Amino acid sequence: MTTSTQLLDRAGRAPLADHHRSLGGRAAAALATPGGAVYVLVLLLLVATIAANPNFGDPGVVIRFLGRTAPIAIAAIGQYYVIVSGEFDLSMGAVVAAQVVMAGNLIGQDDSRILPVMVLMLAVGVLIGVLNGLGTTLLGVPSFIVTLGMMLALGGLVDHLTGGAATGNPADTFREIGRGGIQDVPVVDVIPYPLLILLVLGALASWSMRRPFGRSLVAAGDNADAARVSGSSLWWLKTRAFIISSLSATVAGILLVGYAGVHPSVGQGYEFTAITAVVLGGVLLGGGRGWVLSAAAGAVALELLFVLLTALGVESTWRATVQGLIIIAAVAVAGRAWQRGRRPRRTSPSSRHLTHHQPTPGTTTGDN
Amino acid sequence: MRTPLRSRSLRGAVASVAALAVLAACSTDESIDDPAPQAGEESASETEESGGGEEWFVQADFDEQDEQRSATFEGDPEQPWLQYIDGEMTDTADYTSNKAQKVCFANASISNPWRQTGWITMNQQLKVLQDEGVISEMETRDAQDDDNTQIADIDYFISEGNCDVFVISPNSTAAMTPAVERACETGKPVIVFDRGVETDCYTTFIHPIGGYAWGIDTANFLVENLEEGDKVVALRILPGVDVLETRWGAAKKIFEENGIEAVDYFTGADPTKIKGIITDELTKGDVAGVWMDAGDGAVAAIEAFEDQGVDYPVMTGEDEMSFLRKWEETGLTGLAPVYSNFQWRTPLLAVQKIVAGEEVPKEWVLPQTPITEDERADFLEANEGMPDGHYAKFGGEDLPGYPQVWQERQIP
Amino acid sequence: MSTLLRRGTPLTSTGIVLVLLVLSLVVGFVLTAVEGRNFLSSGNISALLTGISILGFIAIGQTLVILVGSLDLSVPYVVSLVSVLAAGTMAGEDGNVLPAVLLALAVAAAIGLVNGAIVAYLGVHGFIATLGTGLVISGYLATNYQGSHGSAPRSFRLVGATQVGPVPVSTLILLGCAVLVVLMLRRTRTGHHLYAVGGNREVARLSGIRTSVPVLVAHTLSSVLAALAGLLLLARLSVGSPTIGSQGDYDLMSIAAVVLGGTVLAGGKGNVVGTLAGVAIFSVLDNVMGVMGVSAFLQDVVRGLVIVVAVAVYARREIDRRPARFERPTGLDAALQEAK
Repeated sequence: MTTSTQLLDRAGRAPLADHHRSLGGRAAAALATPGGAVYVLVLLLLVATIAANPNFGDPGVVIRFLGRTAPIAIAAIGQYYVIVSGEFDLSMGAVVAAQVVMAGNLIGQDDSRILPVMVLMLAVGVLIGVLNGLGTTLLGVPSFIVTLGMMLALGGLVDHLTGGAATGNPADTFREIGRGGIQDVPVVDVIPYPLLILLVLGALASWSMRRPFGRSLVAAGDNADAARVSGSSLWWLKTRAFIISSLSATVAGILLVGYAGVHPSVGQGYEFTAITAVVLGGVLLGGGRGWVLSAAAGAVALELLFVLLTALGVESTWRATVQGLIIIAAVAVAGRAWQRGRRPRRTSPSSRHLTHHQPTPGTTTGDN
Repeated sequence: MRTPLRSRSLRGAVASVAALAVLAACSTDESIDDPAPQAGEESASETEESGGGEEWFVQADFDEQDEQRSATFEGDPEQPWLQYIDGEMTDTADYTSNKAQKVCFANASISNPWRQTGWITMNQQLKVLQDEGVISEMETRDAQDDDNTQIADIDYFISEGNCDVFVISPNSTAAMTPAVERACETGKPVIVFDRGVETDCYTTFIHPIGGYAWGIDTANFLVENLEEGDKVVALRILPGVDVLETRWGAAKKIFEENGIEAVDYFTGADPTKIKGIITDELTKGDVAGVWMDAGDGAVAAIEAFEDQGVDYPVMTGEDEMSFLRKWEETGLTGLAPVYSNFQWRTPLLAVQKIVAGEEVPKEWVLPQTPITEDERADFLEANEGMPDGHYAKFGGEDLPGYPQVWQERQIP
Repeated sequence: MSTLLRRGTPLTSTGIVLVLLVLSLVVGFVLTAVEGRNFLSSGNISALLTGISILGFIAIGQTLVILVGSLDLSVPYVVSLVSVLAAGTMAGEDGNVLPAVLLALAVAAAIGLVNGAIVAYLGVHGFIATLGTGLVISGYLATNYQGSHGSAPRSFRLVGATQVGPVPVSTLILLGCAVLVVLMLRRTRTGHHLYAVGGNREVARLSGIRTSVPVLVAHTLSSVLAALAGLLLLARLSVGSPTIGSQGDYDLMSIAAVVLGGTVLAGGKGNVVGTLAGVAIFSVLDNVMGVMGVSAFLQDVVRGLVIVVAVAVYARREIDRRPARFERPTGLDAALQEAK
């Protein structure tokens, strides 16, 4: 509970720096944007979940929930960088699976191997990001295809090298990162490490999007010409986005090994979940619009939706249907919000070739 | 949904309707297509299975498998992969041959640990039979879990494979029936194993007792160890796969009859989802039991109870090493149902019998006995050093390469 | 290869894809011969063409959707739904074939219309819209179908089993549909509008095109073509299967085939012939790997690499030929220049 309010405050404040309206007016304006609307969605889902299952109102339960949402939220943050620059990263699930299996097979029960293997995992993450980035920029292959190819190749390679099955879970010390937390905290009982990692990475991400790097990235997603004129080298800009994306998948993998253990199906479908989360967070597919923390909030909303479906006892077979309907509805509503936040015109927000590049204050700065 | 009404857009609409109409026509061609039999190959079968049985659960199959659980198996209990329930036998005198056979194997997939373990075992068995001069080579096509690919694989074998024997592990039951019938029409021996087909043209169909038996064993165990009104969370991998649906169908029926409240979820065998589901259910209320339609990810379910700080449930997993190990470590009340992995040896041993002219069971039902708590220690000891994704009843202890090949997961 | 591409008149991207296809056929022929098999035997040709048929229908539809600037991720579920609906309606009776086919096409067209409407009127990106409708359908399938369902009568199964020489009837139907779609794209106003809206929606709108119509048409045709694939699968399987669409990974593979065929993922440029060549390249690849006995895991590695490398062959050239709004300084030279 506390954390989601924190997120809300930060997101609500940041884009409003240039405004001169009252605090309430500014907050309302921010919430009417897709990047703001997702926090309303999170709140609505939270209230509905607590109504359906009062036990979920317990702060300890909420904080544990946020802890387990951290991996997908981190993945969504990584995916945000790629999407806001106008690309896709479909290799995320395969990267998570590869890292999970690597941790299981290389660390084993030997504590002394934790650090070296983690360094290796991060290096592999960077390498995959570089390959995705260079494939997209230097070879000029659409990122959808490059990362799809990466997904197939990496998945097959990991299966081939390991014979499909991982040896077993790695040492418990390593798994603590994803499974443990600071114990005996008043009110919430425990603060899971994954949540702390998410907060740190969220802060870093928020900071990076205010830096020239972040601004250029958004500009590149909005219009490649504009970015070029501003002097940023596009290939390195986008490659960095891909590196961040696969590094975030690596971190998600490290947390998931701890949380759930090693299995080749960990990370399955992560790319679609992350992209959905980012879009729920009001980020425009095709690039150029959206806030990074809203992407993380989109992940929280998505996970809350699953919890709500369980709380309501929705029949297992119908869960996918409800999920699909809510995603379409939420994104459609958010799309309306973009249109209202912008000058009144008949452009559909899904258009990739918007002719005006001047971001309307309070909606599109991407500096959150 | 608004419909364009203006005249300008009307033309577009007309154009699209026209395009649709043409497409529809082009598909109608399909339906009225009843060409003269210049057909190179067609399914000769006229067997029409029940047109869309709304009731998935088949009581007769349930009863049969319930009985088979306590049936007497012929053969040496030390070699369960050669045991069978007494019944109709296929005469194989016509297939007798001294020549080393070329086996063509149409495999559904090796996409999960159970199939990977079996695939390794099968290849080690192949080495033995190659050394003995029974089999010259085995050509394998992997359908990667796709019915359509497997049909193409079988057709390819028939026309191009130069096969002496067909071994088929069907991806799904009804869909593979016509292709298996085409393989039978070649007059060569056809060995079907694991999932079945809806024809009996095969030489032998090898399988453990089946999904209903799995459901009965596991649900009975939970019912015995739980009180009426207790809640069981059922973790299922995915919908629409018949072999998994029968496991759940049987278990669900028994839960309902005994007043056990069961809620089911689809997990895709992803431990992350499993842990989230259990955690949410524990937030809702007590969970007394966990039922799984396959043991993949069982450990995550148990850890969810640990992390919530509540008592372990009564649980059924599978004979996968990860579950057996966690089961022992936690001391929970559990049962490891088995979908006998050693069946992957049987098809090639059947080839040996067939070319030797020995009769083989028409339907070769292999034993399928769950591992109980008393037997657990033996299986843990016997499989020490095996990876978590290994299956305890893999039955390859007497094959070459044991145990390294299984430990290192050397997939051919 | 590279000299071939550099010299002489500039090849269109379709030209390059066709060259790639010929190349893959030659490589396939050689590798198959090394294994002691005949690539051109009627059995193998029939296997190749059968491999093309199903993905072919879906990829043609996907081409239309991509041309108009959208995506269709719901195709696997449409395929599955059509397969069980048609099988259930046919219930093994010859007389039911026509109603079943019409029902299947009508349901698919309705789904496509909904997809198109969500994209065109609600402003939801095709990726999310069709991901969502796909989930909706998958829930319906999971609730109502626990396994294979219904059955196709013999007359209908012949469609999947009949061949003219080594050419399956299904391939002929595919070619027929391809010709119709090509005519639609080249000869009708809707076809031209489809390109226009995909190329630049705003410009298209300003020039008086009602932009929603091509989007609706493309999505509807995509679903209808997926339905044809579902019907063909039903003819081959003889029963409906609620998972058959997901089994084939038709969503991502069809998109890959479309891009491999030279259609620009952002829309507005591309054609059906290239797409069919892309599908054919996949089919040859699968065929050759099957003959060589490449393990299932390594097959995925090869597929992944081939997709990227094949697209890369012409992707750089395409950059120079794109109109200004698509231009991206993604060439090595441009990149190095900027890096300084």
